[in-house]
Amino acid sequence: MARIVAGVGTSHTPAIGAAVDNGKTDQPYWQPVFKGYEPARQWMAKTRPDVIVMVYNDHVNAFDLKMIPTFALGCAEEFTIADEGWGPRPVPVVKGYPELAAHLVQSLVLDEFDMTIVNEMQVDHGLTVPLTLLCGAPAEWPCRVIPLAVNVVQYPAPTGRRCYQLGQAIRRAVESWEEDLTVVVFGTGGMSHQIQGPRAGLTNPAFDKAFLDDLSRDPQRLTGIPPIEYLREAGAEAIELVMWLLMRGALGAKVEEVYRFYHIPASSTAVGNIILESR
Amino acid sequence: MADRPYEDIPGTWIFDAERARAGYHLNQFLYTLMKAENRKAFLADERAYLSKFKLSEAQREAVLQRKWNRLLELGAVVYALAKLAFTDGRSYQYMAAQMTGMTEKEYVDMMLQGGRSPEGWRFKSQRESH
Repeated sequence: MARIVAGVGTSHTPAIGAAVDNGKTDQPYWQPVFKGYEPARQWMAKTRPDVIVMVYNDHVNAFDLKMIPTFALGCAEEFTIADEGWGPRPVPVVKGYPELAAHLVQSLVLDEFDMTIVNEMQVDHGLTVPLTLLCGAPAEWPCRVIPLAVNVVQYPAPTGRRCYQLGQAIRRAVESWEEDLTVVVFGTGGMSHQIQGPRAGLTNPAFDKAFLDDLSRDPQRLTGIPPIEYLREAGAEAIELVMWLLMRGALGAKVEEVYRFYHIPASSTAVGNIILESR
Repeated sequence: MADRPYEDIPGTWIFDAERARAGYHLNQFLYTLMKAENRKAFLADERAYLSKFKLSEAQREAVLQRKWNRLLELGAVVYALAKLAFTDGRSYQYMAAQMTGMTEKEYVDMMLQGGRSPEGWRFKSQRESH
């Protein structure tokens, strides 16, 4: 049986990817970020998942505004890297798992989550920066990745509660797959940040700390946070945190927090990283 | 009309259905800047390149003058807008600083000191007293 053993919450700030790609990780600005992720990288190397379900959002790269799926599951053999405006990141092509992805789609739709099926798409920093942070810069990514793209670009994003419920359905779907596989679910984006308008640069460490605390202590409180509260308290782009709730929903009732890191800044964002193991 | 409580957040343009409609062609123009040959063609003759898209006069002028906040107001989604900054060889941070009216150094310093507190930035009425 396939099993979801853990979840990883992490920011996906594009400047972090650029720092790696341009050899700046030892600079004083970036050094604390990469040092902070070192234990998570070690955890990842030890855990060696067969598959990552990567919950992320596209940033008007795979999807222009012609079509904006709320929940889209990547079912392709592989996903090439998007040119977001400065050339594609020099990272390996992302290998998918079409058979398992097809099973997830079937299970989720019959479980009443109406997924969009994507058989061809490019992936952007939302997916590749978390891989870089947790896996470093290998010649090939160490495991297969099933992308789950969530619309957080056009308001409204799906609610935190809906994301959490979809996570629960993903757990059911994974556990009904016969092959013995170790699966880790990533929830990416956030934490507090605003990258637009005169209010750009907003951060809210108190909001972020409470969010990190309650992922293990009281996820039900987090699922009740209304969209306006993310926008007003934690910045226009902090709505990405609903994707962490999707990850949390996939871990079952009980989790143990095994690692946490928090740092300001990476470009305009508060960076957060948490590892939660299912118990 | 849909409920839009986020319109009361100062210094912020939430990209909702109304802005998406107003900004559709603007964003589809920005999306073309994902290709290197299009970035080159745009920079070679911006007006000619823009004439291929159904932009309003106000949107066209705001693109030519890189009026970032005005573009947000006219329906640009910030992730698409970033492609215009990248086409200019600028960083995201450069564009964000310009949106705030700070120099890039002032903006970077603010972030290094922990970022902008939400205090005084939750409601538009809080800015009017400043």
